[in-house]
Amino acid sequence: METIRKFERVLEIVEQNKRQPSRLIPILQEVQTEYRYLPEEVLTFIATSLGISPAKVFGVATFYSLFTLKPKGKYHIRVCNGTACHVKSSMGIYKAIQKKLKLHDGKETTDDMLFTVETVNCLGACGLAPAMVINEEVFGQLTPEKAERIIDGIIEKEAAYELDYHGA
Amino acid sequence: MNLVRNHILISIDSSTIMAGARAVERAFVDELLNRGLQDEVSVLETGSLGLINRGVVLVVYPEGVIYADVTTKDVPEIVEEHILKGRFVERLVVKEMPKQHVIKREKTGLLKEQPRIVLRNSGIINPESIDEYIATGGYEAASKIINEMKPEEVIEEVKRSGLTGRGGAAFSTGMKWDFARRAKGDVKYIICNADEGEPGTFKDRLILEGDPHKLLEGMLIAGYAVGAQYGYIYIRGEYVLSIERLEKAIKDAEALGLLGENIFGSGFSYHVSIKKGAGAYVCGEETALIESLEGKRGHPRSKPPYPVTEGLWGKPTVINNVETLANIPEIMRNGASWFRGYGTEKCPGTKVYTIIGHVATPGLIEAEMGTTLRDIIFEYGGGIKNGKKFKCALVGGAAGAFLGPDMLDVNMDFVSLREYSAVLGSGAILVMDEDTNIVEMLKNVLHFFRHESCGHCVPCRLGTAQLVKIIDRVADSKGKREDIDKLLRISEVMRDTSFCPLGQSLYLPISSTLKYFRDEMLSMI
Repeated sequence: METIRKFERVLEIVEQNKRQPSRLIPILQEVQTEYRYLPEEVLTFIATSLGISPAKVFGVATFYSLFTLKPKGKYHIRVCNGTACHVKSSMGIYKAIQKKLKLHDGKETTDDMLFTVETVNCLGACGLAPAMVINEEVFGQLTPEKAERIIDGIIEKEAAYELDYHGA
Repeated sequence: MNLVRNHILISIDSSTIMAGARAVERAFVDELLNRGLQDEVSVLETGSLGLINRGVVLVVYPEGVIYADVTTKDVPEIVEEHILKGRFVERLVVKEMPKQHVIKREKTGLLKEQPRIVLRNSGIINPESIDEYIATGGYEAASKIINEMKPEEVIEEVKRSGLTGRGGAAFSTGMKWDFARRAKGDVKYIICNADEGEPGTFKDRLILEGDPHKLLEGMLIAGYAVGAQYGYIYIRGEYVLSIERLEKAIKDAEALGLLGENIFGSGFSYHVSIKKGAGAYVCGEETALIESLEGKRGHPRSKPPYPVTEGLWGKPTVINNVETLANIPEIMRNGASWFRGYGTEKCPGTKVYTIIGHVATPGLIEAEMGTTLRDIIFEYGGGIKNGKKFKCALVGGAAGAFLGPDMLDVNMDFVSLREYSAVLGSGAILVMDEDTNIVEMLKNVLHFFRHESCGHCVPCRLGTAQLVKIIDRVADSKGKREDIDKLLRISEVMRDTSFCPLGQSLYLPISSTLKYFRDEMLSMI
């Protein structure tokens, strides 16, 4: 049932783009907005409905950095490590967040699927260096402490929500 | 029309929004309403003043006083003191007033030192109002051209202005248009490259956020001159506010008949739409960008044929950077000789720079071509932060060169820098103080290139991987003496054999690092 619903929405997106292979990138963008990542079976489905090879769709989906084939946490944290942020010690912020969320050995997403932490190249927010983006919100002029406080804020908010929702 | 005694202009751009600009705006509206001043004082939105990293920024007119780091708590005080009693809230006034923050448009006094062509309206008009753009002379050039001039005459004028591509390659804009105009084909395209991905660069973002109609007018003129029917703006997906403002600008221009079918009743039709990029640095290269627009991986094509003859869908296509196109309306409105009054003989006009890193006042400025690096860093940027010493500046983005103290007095323009094997590139100026670890910086640059290499050609794909291996080794103090020269040799081969500028341009940051800091690098071994 879940799967059928999933494909229905994908099909809608494909139809809205008139099944044009040239619109593959906008299609993938919309699908990702919908599912927050690009599931493999969806990519194959898109390929079939556009009449192009799955290899081509995977090729495009893996080429661009805004596409992801892995599920991301509810809060997708991207720490900018462009040159401007780098000179302002962006890696210190990245490491502080990793440590706080106990992410190590290349692990990017927390087990509870709440956070994904990555570094990215230049967000074009150099005026705010060092900067990070959580989902679409930009946070700038960070220090490791400030970044940790932001994470704490999210954890608290989520805990309160859980309590509201499932609490006694 | 209401007569108001004060205007409060709040910068609503990507950096001030983060600092809470919209909340401050609401606080002003509420405060004025509470005091019954809503008819006397108007609160307006505008683009960036160029002042970044300073929280919420606003200007109060007629005095033209700029306040920075304003929070909602300061709002009652500003209204009470400034608006009612005429006394400035000194603790928030931007006192240092470096040249970059002057926003008066007259060509006198301080502004003489910052002629604003591209940024003329930014921080002055409301970017979401087409009426305000028109009131400052907007679409005047387009209407005159479409009604009275032949496309060839437009191209002649652009050629005479000496305008060259501001994306970094510095090719003559007029020539490019001419090639595309002469190319055979019924369907032609104009593409605006707004996929700003050069690290340290955010000028196009602030141009688009501050004055989106200027770009549209530039594209309209380009379309008419070249004989194109369609314009595409290929923009970074992350530039949410720019995209919103452009979408509104296109809609408003269409509603007034400035875009769409039969513009000004001339029979000329031209449609502009936005294409969001999906994140790939290589798509800044024009043929890779075209591939991406066609829905493919952004691999560069081999040239020739050049896009001006065979571009998007094989049709003649002009690709111009945002800043290049934003120059066009002013050039056509004021004439080529007016434009040549700015800058140098060989490089007329201005350049928009982003000054970042260890400077006292980072920001966005527009300066004449030929301005020295010293002026940009020490006058506009307020010098090195915390009184430290200048070590070097990475000029032109990651694909640029590190420039040391001996280069401070070189004129910043495409031609002069080329003589010193440097580039103006995107206009990003990343300043580093004496405490900066140069190996770490180079490591950051090389990792960036390895990540962004598209994998299409061997020298770049393998070269970037090898360079990263070596620099990591050096940074870990596990390097060997010959590693330093190996970096240079690999990048030389890449410069000579890579398929596109991405792989070719790495030689610049590497060779310039070695020129200045060979000893520092050797000390890591």
